[in-house]
Amino acid sequence: MSSHYLSIENVEKTFEKGSVRSHVLSNINLHIDQGEYISIIGHSGCGKSTVLNIVAGLIEQSSGVVILDRKEVNAPGPDRALVFQNHSLLPWLTVYENVALAVNKVAGRSKTSAERHEWVLYNLELVNMLHALHKRPSEISGGMKQRVGIARALAMQPKVLLLDEPFGALDALTRAHLQDEVMRIHSNLKNTVMMITHDVDEAVLLSDRIVMMTNGPSASIGEILSIDLPRPRDRIALADRPRYNHYRQEVLRFLYEKQRKLEHISPKHPPSQARSAQSLPGGGSGSLPFASSADAPALQKASGAS
Amino acid sequence: MKTLSTAATENVSALNRLSMNRGRSIWPRIRTYLLQNFLPPLVILCLLLGVWELLCSGTGATLPPPSQVISETWELILDPFYDNGGNDVGMGWQILASLERVAVGYSFAVIVGVALGVLVGQSTWAMRGLDPVFQVLRTVPPLAWLPISLAGFQDSNPSAIFVIFITAIWPIIINTSVGIRNIPEDYRNVARVLRLNGLEYFYKIMLPAAAPYIFSGLRIGVGLSWLAIVAAEMLIGGVGIGFFIWDAWNASLISDIILALVYVGLVGFFLDRLVAMLGNIVTRGTSAS
Repeated sequence: MSSHYLSIENVEKTFEKGSVRSHVLSNINLHIDQGEYISIIGHSGCGKSTVLNIVAGLIEQSSGVVILDRKEVNAPGPDRALVFQNHSLLPWLTVYENVALAVNKVAGRSKTSAERHEWVLYNLELVNMLHALHKRPSEISGGMKQRVGIARALAMQPKVLLLDEPFGALDALTRAHLQDEVMRIHSNLKNTVMMITHDVDEAVLLSDRIVMMTNGPSASIGEILSIDLPRPRDRIALADRPRYNHYRQEVLRFLYEKQRKLEHISPKHPPSQARSAQSLPGGGSGSLPFASSADAPALQKASGAS
Repeated sequence: MKTLSTAATENVSALNRLSMNRGRSIWPRIRTYLLQNFLPPLVILCLLLGVWELLCSGTGATLPPPSQVISETWELILDPFYDNGGNDVGMGWQILASLERVAVGYSFAVIVGVALGVLVGQSTWAMRGLDPVFQVLRTVPPLAWLPISLAGFQDSNPSAIFVIFITAIWPIIINTSVGIRNIPEDYRNVARVLRLNGLEYFYKIMLPAAAPYIFSGLRIGVGLSWLAIVAAEMLIGGVGIGFFIWDAWNASLISDIILALVYVGLVGFFLDRLVAMLGNIVTRGTSAS
């Protein structure tokens, strides 16, 4: 169907609770190559976490399809390892045991127990957590917990690493430190990464492309910004680069102006995807059940042409 | 880097010094511990005994004073494990007989209660169907079950065990189901991403995550079953601390009754502590995250 590693094709999501239908995602199309680092940014409530959860298989899309490495995604699995915002380590297991649980389950047949042990240690070393192997999550700091969460995800050898606001709950210094580590790991292992964030600097610093989402309801992809900055990237050196600041400005402008006037931006920056916002009167206020079958083919055609 | 590592070694040596100090000062620490935890209850106990002695020493007192209780029950205290056949056995045997009934009934309650709690916690439909029934049944007093179980089992011992079972099971079911329902969504998601199967999920996620709740249910349950056994045994007869009390009342041996109450209280206290201790061992780390 497509030559891309990870394809999200015409994905829609409607939540139904009793008689209330809310159309959360509309016509999401995104193609990611192997080894690419993609950030999804948008205002809270725009459904960016829903996109990630659909890729993870934790939420089922209402229509559309997600294809990873030529296979359709329809259930959660270790090939799409998730790093959660609040680390979600199991508190009754030690650091080592948390990673070992994943390794033993995922590689239980393909590796001997000695190999699995080595593999756990290898991944914990990647995130510099060998010193706290036998500590429980309650005994280590928030940044360390997140490192272990990343090690657990990496240990599953996922095809795509999904990060759901991984640094959101950390203080600024710890966050910067962990961002550097993730950049280092990404440059070593060349993982395909999809990251949700609401931090503009983080998105520009880490990503190859930034996917900017319009506001909900019926959120969709507004713009995709390619970040053409050489790697390895250094946050201090980048701060003086006009291009870095230009990218930041682009994202800020999208987020800032998008929030105010939905229809204003679209003519100025032709979006890569069909825009749902155009067909919504008054900038998408109210929760109209918008996904009528009459609209959908037209939108798909438009996105196919772009 | 170098300064960091020297700082670390300094820290380590400081820690060593600290623990050495701790080792040297262990006796004063034990003394403070005893002083803080045993002295206050001891003082209160002496005061209470003194008041009791005063109140019951006068002529016309209906209850014996502590001194008289001890002198009258001295033989029972000295030899808790004599056996003269029939009901005439030592206090140790009486307590053990009661504990055995509690152990059997409580064990059934734990197995069935945790299983039902998991079911109710996992399945919305099971909860909708069973929860109202549980809520009604759990208000039935333990002894109210005794006649119906006597009618059913036609024997006193299984009936007493059933009363223990039915008394202890409700808090276990309810706490377990609450614990299961409160498992954070994230843990479920971890299990789904790892594709844990049902059994792995049960042992690796569900039981440890719900353990603090389950153990608070178990602790309430063991307390209730000890409460119920004394009452049940009063009615069914045979060997057991409950019937011992009833027998002593019929023989007007008030001192024996008082001694039995002390034993009942102490055993109940130890049962409670035992389950709490087990809970602390099993759930270490779980509650603090």
